[in-house]
Amino acid sequence: MAGSGKAHLRSSEDVILRVEDLVVEFPARKGQVVHAVSGISFDVARGETLGLVGESGCGKSTTGRALLQLPPPTSGTVTLDGDELTSLEGKAMMRRRTDIQMIFQDPISSLNPRRTISKIVAEPLDVWGPKDEAEQQRLISDILDAVGIDPESAAYKRPHEYSGGQCQRISIARALVMEPKVIICDEPVSALDVSVQAQILNMLEDLKAKYGLTLVFIAHDLAVVKNISDRVAVMYLGKICEIGESDELYASPAHPYTKLLIESHPEPDPHAEVDESVVVGGDIPSPLDPPSGCRFRTRCEFADATCSTDEPQMREVGPAHFVACHHPLRLAQSH
Amino acid sequence: MGVEVLSTDAMSGASDALLTVTDLRTHFHVGEHVVKAVDGVSLTVHKGKTLGIVGESGSGKTVLSRSIMGINTAPNIETSGSVTYNGTELVGSSRSTMRKLWGAEMSMVFQDPMTSLNPVVKVGRQVTEHLRSHQGVSKSEARQAAIELLKWVRIPEPEKRLENYPHQMSGGMRQRVCIAIALACGPKLLFADEPTTALDVTVQHQILNLLSQQQRERDMAMVLVTHDLGVVATRTDEIAVMYAGRVVEQASTSTLFDDMRHPYTQSLFWSIPKTSEPKHTRLSAIVGRPPNLAALPPGCSFAARCPYAQDVCREQAPELQPTEDPSHLFACHLPVGSDEGRRALEVNVQLGLPQAKSAALRATVAGGGR
Ligand SMILES: Nc1ncnc2c1ncn2[C@@H]1O[C@H](COP(=O)(O)OP(=O)(O)OP(=O)(O)O)[C@@H](O)[C@H]1O
Ligand SMILES: Nc1ncnc2c1ncn2[C@@H]1O[C@H](COP(=O)(O)OP(=O)(O)OP(=O)(O)O)[C@@H](O)[C@H]1O
Ligand code: SF4
Ligand SMILES: [Mg+2]
Ligand SMILES: [Mg+2]
Repeated sequence: MAGSGKAHLRSSEDVILRVEDLVVEFPARKGQVVHAVSGISFDVARGETLGLVGESGCGKSTTGRALLQLPPPTSGTVTLDGDELTSLEGKAMMRRRTDIQMIFQDPISSLNPRRTISKIVAEPLDVWGPKDEAEQQRLISDILDAVGIDPESAAYKRPHEYSGGQCQRISIARALVMEPKVIICDEPVSALDVSVQAQILNMLEDLKAKYGLTLVFIAHDLAVVKNISDRVAVMYLGKICEIGESDELYASPAHPYTKLLIESHPEPDPHAEVDESVVVGGDIPSPLDPPSGCRFRTRCEFADATCSTDEPQMREVGPAHFVACHHPLRLAQSH
Repeated sequence: MGVEVLSTDAMSGASDALLTVTDLRTHFHVGEHVVKAVDGVSLTVHKGKTLGIVGESGSGKTVLSRSIMGINTAPNIETSGSVTYNGTELVGSSRSTMRKLWGAEMSMVFQDPMTSLNPVVKVGRQVTEHLRSHQGVSKSEARQAAIELLKWVRIPEPEKRLENYPHQMSGGMRQRVCIAIALACGPKLLFADEPTTALDVTVQHQILNLLSQQQRERDMAMVLVTHDLGVVATRTDEIAVMYAGRVVEQASTSTLFDDMRHPYTQSLFWSIPKTSEPKHTRLSAIVGRPPNLAALPPGCSFAARCPYAQDVCREQAPELQPTEDPSHLFACHLPVGSDEGRRALEVNVQLGLPQAKSAALRATVAGGGR
């Protein structure tokens, strides 16, 4: 892995978003470069939810932001409904950009504390939305209703008068008001208590059906990602290691890193087997100087000489299930 | 709970009780209000065993741990009840008594390692600070001990790492240092308050393994505080579930999961997505929010969100009481799995309460009443 290649991209499905060879680099001190995202490709079909999962610093948020061109990627392409976003300019870009919206982990700080909830939700409409006041009001009421916020009190209340879960509903409403085709959800439930987290996850599923949305759902919690996603892509140090249909990926992970993640996830089951032997290792290498070949090799129990010289390419290991590893687990097990 | 405080001790064998908490209350006076952060908690920690304390944000887990340790010092605090450690009463005891206990008998690991480490002191020195103050060892002995401690917590190349400042280490490495500091004086009881919440899942797994391993080797008791039912499921002997400043259910770990009686425990469990379930499994969210701790309702504090609640719940606060199994306690008038509970749920389904409908649906899917 942590590999490249595009064998997993689809041509047959109704693909709405396609990302190819996405690279995002940041300048660092002493002329060094942060290799945040290093050549990833994926696609999302209309109406699908793609989960992006991986540990802190693997480049999930950077990928999400690059889709919105915030900032534009160092290289690579992002194609939304046939339009290549990196080549659009000026008005055309601004227009297209409203088709992708993003919601963030920390709902409270992403809402302007001095404005009322109705104003916050209406903000994006001031530029793009219906100019007719009454029509705008109706739209906002409908959307606030759909996310479970009382539209009447939203007219005078401000963010601090709402809980974290309610603020997340409000930021979802603000994203919906532009009638986007795709919503990028960056850890939208990570800061919430589990009871509230369940409310938001259920609501996202309902809104997706109601408005025909396509979601890219970023999170580090494996169970959350599995619950909401049709397909899951596992990231490690700026690369995609494995991508597949959620149930299949969790039932038979092919990448050693995916397996490690799943085994580390604490399942609320007192009878679950826990491997108590691992107490060391596990520090992720620096993105300033990522390992050659497979980026996971410094932590991989199967790593050999090839893994340090050749970068593994995506290959199919099952129906719609792709992995970038020289020694994928299922192939190893079958001989 | 009041006067009829249950002695959890008597029920689970007093002989091996290391720490006994009885009707502990910690209230904060804020302006005209009294925030009842901990409101009548009784529990026992047994020698060499791990007790998990689980609850959502604001349920009082941290205030409880800090009250037991005697490190809640704000002037607006009022603490009552009793905490006995190996027979010594800690509530109201002098600072010097507590100082003798801290580190040597009981110690604590916090969620954010950065807040408990001094950013401008090398970790080698921080690891041995307690040793020096408690046991009066020389400089070279201290260095040797520091290396030994870093080895315990499996830090590679400990000789080099002694010279690091905290910011030169990863989050997981820093938490290992904090654990080393907590273990340095060989405590009999370790409070770990969300020790892995800030860490990545693979690092969390290692740190939990390290804690279990050290706990077994040292025959040390541990209180593992977390909001994550997954973390306590395989790491504890017993679990206490907290809600709004009280323990609402307590049992051995397997009993708690296999035979949960309190509606809150069940609701919490059902609201969590699980990797063992297929994608798009509908989650049972808990409606509403926890009550305001400065204005607790007269009855059960879960009543407003509970699928089972009836008038009795809104009027009378349920006491923590044992089941047929004396080590399994819960505080509920209409417990899960009882006939009264089933009838109450039916009534609420008839009334169209959303939480009741979702619980009833979930119960049929799960099979049986639980
Ligand atoms: N503006 C920036 N300048 C320099 N480095 C950056 C910048 N933004 C991100 N990075 C680095 O890029 C890498 C990927 O970061 P990113 O935030 O995308 O990770 P992530 O997967 O979202 O992590 P988390 O789970 O912690 O949110 C990290 O090493 C991060 O430090
Ligand atoms: N110094 C204080 N003054 C007033 N209220 C306080 C004070 N410290 C804590 N509280 C309140 O006590 C309650 C319990 O807080 P506590 O930190 O114990 O919760 P917790 O269960 O540890 O939550 P978390 O999972 O978020 O850590 C909260 O409502 C909190 O606001
Ligand atoms: S049934 Fe009643 S007592 Fe039991 S949790 Fe629900 S509200 Fe509380
Ligand atoms: Mg991120
Ligand atoms: Mg806490």
